[in-house]
Amino acid sequence: MNEIPGDLKFMKSHEWARVEDDGTVTVGISDHAQGLLGDLVYVELPNVGDTLEVGAGCAVVESVKAASDVYAPVAGEVIKVNSALSDKPETINEDAYGDGWILVVRPTNLQEDMENLLDPDAYAEQLDNEDD
Amino acid sequence: MSKQTVLNATHRALGAKMVDFGGWDMPISYGSQIEEHHAVRRDAGMFDVSHMTVVDLEGERVRDFLRRLVANSVDRLKTPGKALYTCMLNADGGVIDDLIIYSRADGAFRLVVNAATRDKDLAWITREAAPFAVQVRERPELAIIAVQGPNARAKVQGLLSPELAAKAAKIGKFVACEGDGLFIGRTGYTGEDGYEIIVPQERAVELWNRLQAAGVAPAGLGARDTLRLEAGMNLYGQDMDETVSPYEAALAWTVALDEGRDFTGRAALERQKAAGVPRAMIGLVMDEKGVLRHGQRVVTANGDGEILSGTFSPTLGKAIAFARVPAGDPGAVQVDIRGKLIPVRVVSFPFVRDGKPCDGV
Repeated sequence: MNEIPGDLKFMKSHEWARVEDDGTVTVGISDHAQGLLGDLVYVELPNVGDTLEVGAGCAVVESVKAASDVYAPVAGEVIKVNSALSDKPETINEDAYGDGWILVVRPTNLQEDMENLLDPDAYAEQLDNEDD
Repeated sequence: MSKQTVLNATHRALGAKMVDFGGWDMPISYGSQIEEHHAVRRDAGMFDVSHMTVVDLEGERVRDFLRRLVANSVDRLKTPGKALYTCMLNADGGVIDDLIIYSRADGAFRLVVNAATRDKDLAWITREAAPFAVQVRERPELAIIAVQGPNARAKVQGLLSPELAAKAAKIGKFVACEGDGLFIGRTGYTGEDGYEIIVPQERAVELWNRLQAAGVAPAGLGARDTLRLEAGMNLYGQDMDETVSPYEAALAWTVALDEGRDFTGRAALERQKAAGVPRAMIGLVMDEKGVLRHGQRVVTANGDGEILSGTFSPTLGKAIAFARVPAGDPGAVQVDIRGKLIPVRVVSFPFVRDGKPCDGV
């Protein structure tokens, strides 16, 4: 299993969020989640300018096997989407925490939203329990 | 507790992701499902399909029994070894299961039926066989390995005794041969050439390992599903069931209305044919990005239908599907994906044959 980067926080539903130096938040799905889904073949991205509520669907990732909603870990406005995923959705399989990022949010309630997410240790513990 | 094939530990040792399939613990993939798909299209791959049910039939009147049991005509099996794909229908013309019937040397027959329908199939076959005094014997001690792909036959032949290899090299498509305790059918569920090998359980792991050493890639049920859909082949339970006639499942080619043969469901099929078949199964291709999936609503000129099997086709790089829709020219067809109506093209299938996209797809 890949090392989980320490600067990420997670939702129970396997999305990650990273606060960037400029105060924006990058969002993706975890390496564990891409492994569960298998080969990704399509990513439906939101529009730049969309407003997100915490826990609302903000993207859809589809593997050969299944379609899965991606939920917003923080509230805010979508300011950037990873349009390279349209042609290369498998980037998420290859690099879930890096080039496989999905969107960037300008958060409206950053501190509280981030506090409600799991830190890497808590997320790793959740994964251990899922394996049992 | 789900059932395991004799290869279960082998799959796990290869790192397979396991899923429940019809009550069996089966490998869905060993790594990338798409790479497994391409391995079968371009070279050779193998599937453990030991969960499928082998049933042997014997008796003086076994042919008469099969003339009644299935919708295709067993009289097409004129020489030993020939195989027939057919549906077994109920009195209403609904599909109880689809199966392959192999004729064997001594006048006996071998059926291979689906795993998920095993119990009802065996009950039905046994009951229907009784008046014909036909012996019905399930063969749970046999495993099945399907080896498929353009190089599959050569790789298998390289592992057989010279006598059996010569026999296996000679058989045509949809024919089987036997020897050294193996039953080798030139059949499959991928649209590629290859064999399905029925092997005694205690020899299955060794055969699997030798095939792997010969360069045959293990492939899971995930790749099996995308391969069979590209090849335009139905999946029981998804594309047809007891509420659907073969005519509504694009299986008219498997129905033989031959003179004087009273198979179960025939009267219902003839009534349906005379009155007009109300629904049709069509093939769809989506040129836009996205994936067609089971259950999505299909909008046609004659009303709504739904996607039966739908997937991303690794060979075409786009989504393909079977849909059941009201009969008649469907006009411009759209599929409802998460509330958006996306245009799709109606195409004939198979979508892919012998590794290449079919014309018009």
